[in-house]
Amino acid sequence: MTSLPNLPIEGIPSGRPSGETRWQSLIGTDRSDRIYRRILTGFALALPSLIVILFAVLFVESLPALKKFGPSFLVTSTWDPVAEVYGAAPMIFGTLASSFLALLIAVPLALSVAILLTEFAPRWLRQPVAFLVELLAAIPSVVYGLWGIFVLIPFLRSYVVPPLKAVFGWMPFFKGVFYGNSLLAGGIILAIMIVPYIAAVSREVLLAVPTSQREAALAMGATRWEAVRSAVLPYGRAGLIGAVILGLGRALGETMAVTMVIGNRHDIGLSLFQPAYTMAAAIANEFSEATTNMYLSALFEVGLILFVLTVVVNAVARILIWRVAKGAAVGSKAL
Amino acid sequence: MNRTTSLALAALLGVVVPAAAQFQITGAGATFPNIIYQNWMLTYNQTHPDVKLNYQSIGSGGGIRQFSDGTVDFGGTDAPMSDSAIAAIGGNVLHIPTVLGAVVAAYNLPGVAQPVRFAPDVLADIFLGKLTKWNDARLTSINPGVTLPNQDIIVVHRSDGSGTTFVWTDYLAKVSPEWSQKVGKGTSVNWPVGLGGRGNEGVSATVRQTPGAIGYTELGYAMINKMSFGVIRNQAGNWITPSLESVTAAAAGAMKDMGESTDFRVSITNSPGPQAYPAASFTWLLVHKTYPDSAKSRALVQFIWWSLTDGQAKAPELGYAPLPKEMRPWLEARLKSITSGGRPVWKGPSAE
Repeated sequence: MTSLPNLPIEGIPSGRPSGETRWQSLIGTDRSDRIYRRILTGFALALPSLIVILFAVLFVESLPALKKFGPSFLVTSTWDPVAEVYGAAPMIFGTLASSFLALLIAVPLALSVAILLTEFAPRWLRQPVAFLVELLAAIPSVVYGLWGIFVLIPFLRSYVVPPLKAVFGWMPFFKGVFYGNSLLAGGIILAIMIVPYIAAVSREVLLAVPTSQREAALAMGATRWEAVRSAVLPYGRAGLIGAVILGLGRALGETMAVTMVIGNRHDIGLSLFQPAYTMAAAIANEFSEATTNMYLSALFEVGLILFVLTVVVNAVARILIWRVAKGAAVGSKAL
Repeated sequence: MNRTTSLALAALLGVVVPAAAQFQITGAGATFPNIIYQNWMLTYNQTHPDVKLNYQSIGSGGGIRQFSDGTVDFGGTDAPMSDSAIAAIGGNVLHIPTVLGAVVAAYNLPGVAQPVRFAPDVLADIFLGKLTKWNDARLTSINPGVTLPNQDIIVVHRSDGSGTTFVWTDYLAKVSPEWSQKVGKGTSVNWPVGLGGRGNEGVSATVRQTPGAIGYTELGYAMINKMSFGVIRNQAGNWITPSLESVTAAAAGAMKDMGESTDFRVSITNSPGPQAYPAASFTWLLVHKTYPDSAKSRALVQFIWWSLTDGQAKAPELGYAPLPKEMRPWLEARLKSITSGGRPVWKGPSAE
């Protein structure tokens, strides 16, 4: 995701006066070079075309549902396979709500870890902690789901929800009965799952901030925290946004762990205690037993919406990064 | 290349010239009977090494699709094919029941040791979200001597499409007109209330972790996991504890209504048998009425007949209820009707 700044390498002049013509004379003359180039082009084109094919298949398969339900598919809440009436609004809501809840929890956590590991922690502690955080990413999501059911939810029920209700019970977000499987549990599981991604990339970004930035701030009389806040973080902001978006992308598509704790209910509600549903979970749950064509097509349309949503999120992220990266921020090129 | 070298080459490549014809028979479908199907196939292959059977448990919906597309030789399903799906493949399908399963109302009531009794209308209203407290008078009146807590009832259902859901909703639809009208029956339905758990394990985990929860799971699954499950009043008015015997009794009790010429696409929920557990169901194999390859289809039918007779003995230990023995003549007649090139592929067990 990140690259070191392109420093000129000693001994090689940055312009290429006489070398250029020599290189050009070599390029494209040899037959094996041309073949090699064609093979590479083929491989390189295969990936974008895969995306196009993916989109085309999703679109074609969801045509029956698109024709029957039209735009109402996006805003209605009934999901009734018996009556063949489908609306995906609760799933779209649930996907976005759980992912943003996850970001809300994960971003401060992951940034803290990254800042600690690059700026404050003693050297001997950095590698082991970084390794352990990244190890979180290696745990299969079904294990997170099981852990969620048997550890997280009972913990939330006994120790987290009662005080939350006592203090914030007047807010619509904390109203209603907590059954365990809920948007809150889904969001927390997702947060834990995306922390290692955001932390690892943020750490790389912060490591790439030149020491001179820190030294300059410290020389101005800044404390270490002030140096981080005023010099290091702004310098790496594009890369940090990229890290967050990477986490968001993962949260949007996560299936197994979420479906095990979110309650899988086609419902929209403000309360974090309510069960909800996500698009990825619904597809995984219902696809294998979708017996009618319209049912199958509705699930394909859910897939299409998820696909478009992730593309839009990534596009917005890219624009955001370009915006903030107008300075020569670290990592902007790689992102 | 002469004969010797080619033989040597064949040996070198590990190619074994088969002594008799080899049959590769593939099937796909329901996950519920997967354990016993795999067991049958393994056992059958030991005595019939020339028949290689393979079953992929991809779900009933996928099984029906692959069977209809002709990518597998037979299918497996927990919910019978609809009339329109049968018409779409020109009616070229037979439903052969193999074993029985049952769905139980599993609940989590700490401190309640006796099994809780459920009347059909009570069960329907719980899942409709109309009966919301464990100490509701309608529950306490049918549970004398059981102290039911003043606790919310939390409904847990399957979030994935499932034959278990089909059996459960089919039963509720039969005993409750309101359920039939508002929700209906299907492998997934629009649940009026409740939390969704993925798979039997998801439902049972949620039930276990949530005091006051009630869900439904396969009988075999609930037994293995030692969950508490409810006693249900059947059509004859008896309180029936779910067990393999009461499930087999449900099929036996439903035979009168089915009749000898049945296509077996019958629901046996709410069976009239006096000892019948009401939320029971067949699981079916889907086979074609006509096959192009006579020898291969004979091998398949022979395997199915073996499963329906000798294979049944395996069922109880694996958590499935065997078919009632009285059903065998009907099954034999149906298997005999399978043809290839206009001739029956199998002439019955006596002809072998």
